Amino acid sequence: MPVPILKQGDFLIATVQSALSDREVLQFQDDLAERVGSFRSRGVILDVTALDMMDSFVSRAFRSMALMAKLKGAETVIVGIQPEVAFALVQLGLTLEGVNTALDLEEGLAFLRSLTRRRTDGR
Amino acid sequence: MMGEAMARDTSKEAVTPPPAAGMGDAALLKELVAHLRDNRTELREEWARRISDADLLTAMTPDEIFSEATAVYDNYVDALETGSVEALQAYARDLSERIIPRGVETHEVLGIVLLLRDVLARSLFEKYRADPDLLNRILDAYEPAANRIAVTVGVSFVQERERVIRQQQEAIRELSTPVLQVRERLLILPIIGVLDAQRARQLTEQLLQAIRANRAKVVVIDITGVPDIDSAVANHMVQLVKASRLMGASVIITGLSSDIARTLVTLGVDLTSMRTVGDLQGGIEEAERQLGYALPALEDLDDELD
Repeated sequence: MPVPILKQGDFLIATVQSALSDREVLQFQDDLAERVGSFRSRGVILDVTALDMMDSFVSRAFRSMALMAKLKGAETVIVGIQPEVAFALVQLGLTLEGVNTALDLEEGLAFLRSLTRRRTDGR
Repeated sequence: MMGEAMARDTSKEAVTPPPAAGMGDAALLKELVAHLRDNRTELREEWARRISDADLLTAMTPDEIFSEATAVYDNYVDALETGSVEALQAYARDLSERIIPRGVETHEVLGIVLLLRDVLARSLFEKYRADPDLLNRILDAYEPAANRIAVTVGVSFVQERERVIRQQQEAIRELSTPVLQVRERLLILPIIGVLDAQRARQLTEQLLQAIRANRAKVVVIDITGVPDIDSAVANHMVQLVKASRLMGASVIITGLSSDIARTLVTLGVDLTSMRTVGDLQGGIEEAERQLGYALPALEDLDDELD
């Protein structure tokens, strides 16, 4: 099942709804990079609330998606990482270095808004 | 006076050629029990005196010692008679529960039980001195039972002690890791006591759950009450910080003692991901800044009101 990517103003919201196969992950990566370009998005929210585990492949893919989006001018926030997932990731040494994280969708949106507001204010 | 009759019976039997071994033992034990019951008062006093002489149970008053001694004596004789140590075991547990908080040590408990064993053995020597053969057989019946009782009492005491220790550890573990919300989105986690790997792990799990439950954005971990830290625990702290970040919360660590600071630097733990502030007050102020709270000083407030 492809990951739905919704446009919300300047932002894109991608909600991962179930565990992804490696192929789906790569597909998702391409889709997102392409959407960021076509919508000229300023921010991306990657919602992983539904995932109760994340392996190293998926977490690396998410991290590179965030870095790719940044190269195209959009800031990415990963939201909804579950406590158990966070603990497991850290134990595996996968700390998603350089990627923004937030508690949930609401927090992620607030974070992106504050970020873009600051930029337009020139602060 | 059933016991006395029996006792006379067996002693008669014993002087006449050897009786059947099994029967003989049971009868001897009965005689023995009867002897201990008859001389209950003197033996008990003798035992209490020996306890005081040996400076055991110094935490208890002589009256207490005597009343406990009476109860132990009766239980002891019952256990000899029935061969079942369960009642004695229950009593020993109960007794341990009472005397452990008063600082009675393992060696004292073992000491008094062995003293009782000696006192009773002495009285048996005294009684059967004239007949070494009978004495031997009485001791054969007495010693295994007495040893078993001594072991039972000792083990009960140690088990009770361990149970108390376990219970206290559990209590410390539960008490010492509260996660408190002081403001909207701000949690405080004061850590008191020694951090080991297991506790650090438990702490991490607890904190991550609390971050989600309270929608926390900033967590202040105060480790003023942690005396020492090793590299495993330091790494757990680093993991805790990183895992919290994955859930969108930033962690501020406060109250590092100079000892811990030195240890961390000497161990070369990578602390770049950790935000630390000197004391809890500074940590909370920093957290409020991050959350966008601005607390005006009182004078400024007064100015505004004027």
